[in-house]
Amino acid sequence: MRWLQTIDRRWIFLAMLLAVALPQLLQVRVPEKPTPLVLNVFRKIEELPEGSRVLISFDYSPSSDGELAPMAAALVRHCCEKRHRMLLLTLWPDGKPMVERAISRIIQGEYASLGLQPGRDFVNLGYKPGKEVVIKTIATSLRAEFPTDDGGTPLDDLPLTAELTNLQDLDLLISISAGFPGLKEWVQYAASPLNLPLAVGATAVQAPQAYPYIPRQLLGILAAVKGAAEYEVALGEQYPHLATPQKQDAVRRMAPQLSAHLLIILLIVLGNVAALAPRGTGGRS
Amino acid sequence: MSASSRERRLWWLIFLVSGLFLLWRAVLPGGPGMARMYVKPAVVEGEGAAGEWVAARPNEPGALISPARTIGVWVAALLTLAIFSFLYKDNPAYRLAEAVMVGVSAAYFMVAGFWDGLVPKLFVPLSRMQWGTGADVGRSLLTLTPLVLGGMLLWRLLPKGGWIARWPLAFIVGTYAGIRLLSFLEADFVSQIRNTIVPLLVRNPDGLGFDLWASVRNGLMLGGVLSCLAYFFFSLDHRGAYGRVARVGVWYLMITFGASFAFTVMGRIALLAARLEFLFDDWLWLIDPLGKRPPPGA
Repeated sequence: MRWLQTIDRRWIFLAMLLAVALPQLLQVRVPEKPTPLVLNVFRKIEELPEGSRVLISFDYSPSSDGELAPMAAALVRHCCEKRHRMLLLTLWPDGKPMVERAISRIIQGEYASLGLQPGRDFVNLGYKPGKEVVIKTIATSLRAEFPTDDGGTPLDDLPLTAELTNLQDLDLLISISAGFPGLKEWVQYAASPLNLPLAVGATAVQAPQAYPYIPRQLLGILAAVKGAAEYEVALGEQYPHLATPQKQDAVRRMAPQLSAHLLIILLIVLGNVAALAPRGTGGRS
Repeated sequence: MSASSRERRLWWLIFLVSGLFLLWRAVLPGGPGMARMYVKPAVVEGEGAAGEWVAARPNEPGALISPARTIGVWVAALLTLAIFSFLYKDNPAYRLAEAVMVGVSAAYFMVAGFWDGLVPKLFVPLSRMQWGTGADVGRSLLTLTPLVLGGMLLWRLLPKGGWIARWPLAFIVGTYAGIRLLSFLEADFVSQIRNTIVPLLVRNPDGLGFDLWASVRNGLMLGGVLSCLAYFFFSLDHRGAYGRVARVGVWYLMITFGASFAFTVMGRIALLAARLEFLFDDWLWLIDPLGKRPPPGA
């Protein structure tokens, strides 16, 4: 056991690299089953009548893209399938490319055949500085913070927003959140005071903060890449053409999760064995 | 041979083998290729719309290699490897990547702050003001007040009169505290108490009998809240029956911390998996999960 007590931590880094890389190179897939918290979000979007107005806030930056991009894509795909009308915005200055990518790759890319039109079927509100103050303001007046969309067109000239006054005119709020401002602020300034339906997708680090709000202040949570994978599976069961590896980024990334977690469990066991083992002559047990 | 000399030789060997591998994939004729990005003209509707280029598959009609995007993939891949290299030990490549990251982020936030903050919230309203006419006095005050407060905040950069910056700072702290206090009271205090008031015996929807698991869940939640509160109540000695309840609270806290830590691990692995997928897919072309390229030999 002496080698285990003095092992260079870089061997552990190498083992972790292999544990994550090998399932990716071998394209291993593991089965996923949607859990109730994810199904709550799925059913809410599914049960809204076609053409409902859904606000999606991309509250994250490129550093969380690996975790949150799959769930953002799945939620936008679901809204496109249901022909819901989307208002897209971000409270993070570096979140703008995420919104633009969702529009170009999914709304105008994968769903180009639907002919979804900017202004009528979706509106890119872009980024607005002010953090939680933005939420607090648009709770009562959307135009106070967003007189125009990201391209400079007044909201009154866009069919989707012409009739909108504030958040209370929307059918569902979704925050895809990596921190501050994010899901907590949407709960505090929109969902709780106005009693609005709010669903969230969160990074693994932030997800534990969201659970206490279930079920009265939040509909459900997509917790990290696991939540995104479950959502993709639920989406694939309802819409079989979305059950392909190309449309299931999070499911694809669950095999590396499994092998890495098994490695960590093994390391914890070995670490405890090494700590409890006798340290040799003169050492303590 | 000393250990450092052996280590240096080993690294030279790794670099040499890696370089030959990249050379074979990227350059040599007959090699599988790597890191090349293809684009095609976007189909843009509407007169006068600017021509844009979008990502394309290599075998699509009209697809061209994009030098800018190809260089972008190489830069992203090499910076990723430079950051990973810190896991071995601190080195100049890591420090260069770190400096690039800090510099680019600072510049991005500065530009975003200027164009998304100062321009629409200050310069545009200022340019639209009808100076000297007395029109829109209220709106003028709304624009000029932040300008004056902003100027006062920057005063601390001057050699004298730094105390002037305390006034806008006091305004910011006071306003922020007021806004946050109300929202916390409503969403995180009152609503959280309400979320804890749950039936300990949950009836089935049909009204017959009880839902065992829902009842157990509610009981565990209520027990957890009360025992954790008991642990943080220090006016009573944690002895006897009260001490045992507080001890249960400690167990709840430990389980919570464990779950949070496990979530954090999951998040970090997800980020590593995403980064490795970029290296294997976009850079090295070892895998193609999204079907971006024609299969080999097609």
